[in-house]
Amino acid sequence: MPMPAAKPVNPILTARIRKSFPSAERAFSLDVDFSAAPGFTILFGPSGSGKTTLLDCIAGLTTPDAGRIAEGKRVLFHATAPDANAKANISVAKRGVGYVLQDLALFPHLTVEKNTEYGLAHLPRASRKQRAVAALQDFHIEHLRQHRPAQISGGERQRVALARSLVTDPCVLLLDEPLAALDAATKTKILDDLRRWNQAHRIPILYVTHSREEVFALGERVLVLENGRIIAQGSPHEVLRAPLLETVAQLAGFENIFDTTVESIHEDRGTMLCRITTLMPGDEASSVLLETPLIRAEAGSPLRIGIRAGDILLAIAKPVGLSARNVIPGKLRSIERRDMIISVRVDCGVEVEVYLTLAARDALQLEAGREVWLVIKTHSCHLMQK
Amino acid sequence: MSINWQAFQLTVELAVIVSAILLAIGLPLAYWIAFSRLRWKFLVEALVAMPIVLPPTVLGFYLLVALGSRSPLGRWWQSMTGHTLAFTFTGLVIGSILYSVPFAVQPFASSFSSVDRKLLAASATLGASPLRTFFRVVLPLSVPGLITGVVLAFAHTMGEFGVVLMIGGNIPGVTRTVSIDIYDQVQASNYAAANATALLLLLFCFAVLTAVYGMNRRKPWTVGPVK
Repeated sequence: MPMPAAKPVNPILTARIRKSFPSAERAFSLDVDFSAAPGFTILFGPSGSGKTTLLDCIAGLTTPDAGRIAEGKRVLFHATAPDANAKANISVAKRGVGYVLQDLALFPHLTVEKNTEYGLAHLPRASRKQRAVAALQDFHIEHLRQHRPAQISGGERQRVALARSLVTDPCVLLLDEPLAALDAATKTKILDDLRRWNQAHRIPILYVTHSREEVFALGERVLVLENGRIIAQGSPHEVLRAPLLETVAQLAGFENIFDTTVESIHEDRGTMLCRITTLMPGDEASSVLLETPLIRAEAGSPLRIGIRAGDILLAIAKPVGLSARNVIPGKLRSIERRDMIISVRVDCGVEVEVYLTLAARDALQLEAGREVWLVIKTHSCHLMQK
Repeated sequence: MSINWQAFQLTVELAVIVSAILLAIGLPLAYWIAFSRLRWKFLVEALVAMPIVLPPTVLGFYLLVALGSRSPLGRWWQSMTGHTLAFTFTGLVIGSILYSVPFAVQPFASSFSSVDRKLLAASATLGASPLRTFFRVVLPLSVPGLITGVVLAFAHTMGEFGVVLMIGGNIPGVTRTVSIDIYDQVQASNYAAANATALLLLLFCFAVLTAVYGMNRRKPWTVGPVK
């Protein structure tokens, strides 16, 4: 039974889980220890890294070999406790954990409304209906009440699955690649609705994805799972962007890579100036100078610089009063839409790729040929020995 | 035309009772077969399937022994009711149930296990007990399989001969079913009467099966093939 009344004040999910699947050809073990505060926590990792197993353990569909799972003070699972009384394994049905499975698992024989009411069996008929309709309104699918899942679109089904889980007032929400099959626009809208819902309810949401774009789009705390272990956690920036120890492989993920020469070193400021030597066809020398973090290098030595397209700001008038040290004039060459991002190419002596959001493109009314300024923070320049 | 209406009515009665009881005991049995993770489950599955391959006379013979006054069951029944189970309608019902078990349980179990496990997981995360999940999700999605199982059990009982002959004998109004009646008429070279009764049985079974398959066809949310 979901427990709408017994909502803890401080619903932080803490989980320490060990689970192994012994198998002759492909043994796998999950061994994690983390906590998730209210709001989104993104579980990022390649397929087979244990993301779904982790969610199954929290939902109670899989029993861990060892560990402890708790939501605030409520212990959902405790395998080995000092005294036997503290052992716990609350059944799936009584955990009150909302779980939107990867392929949604809507009941095909029930209408959208009946699907949404499914988890409210403990309520009288009238309030059941009232709450289901309110949840359907929250996700803008109230008009589909009498339809069956087979009669509605993928995005609508996704909304039904979310409404069906959220209407039960779960204490934790688990989302297993919920938006993987949807187009960018639908994705954005559903995420907005989900964010709005969670501002009112403030529960931990574990969001599983293997898409980098989704991690940056959600922009919240990330746990990186690899081979059943959490190998990194933090903001998308901290976790998915390399620090100053770039290797070739890591730099390969950067949209903008330039060959440069160190022009001058400013140890007092902790920076240095590099001149880009990557030339556009027909040019003889580029005049683009970048201020970068200081590394152990000498003036005149060659360096490679990587800059993520999403780290560059674009302005339509020369910006003043900025902390960013690199403001570079250029001409906009092309605008191209890719998934949820706009890729803009700017010629400023070298060609630079910049990612913008859809909203930014509309607000700036960008078009090819326009004069623009690129703004690049010193610490957005990632350096590698050439 | 001399159709033996008494035998016909008796047979329909027997088939209705047998399929109703098989529905009641077949659901939990099929549920167990579909969802149990016990290692020796295959033994029960083999046992349930036995009547498909076993000659009816073999089953009938052992039933006769088991129900007769020499077996503990037979003696117990006799002490309770004053007569033996063999050669009674009740004995016939018991024999027919055992003989038709696979025809009900196998379609039930196969449609239960074809329900997507993800739906069961979803139901549990929404707070539903296994029992509620069974009645709200598994059963509604298995309706075609349920109908198939009940109808097969019904039709199989309607046409059964060997088991009835062994444990029921041929007592008019008590254990004389249509197929026994037809056999009797043929033995007496009374072909016209045999034909009349046989034709009635043929048309009746065809009508029932047609109705059922027609009904199954209309279910819009049939998931997976029903065997």
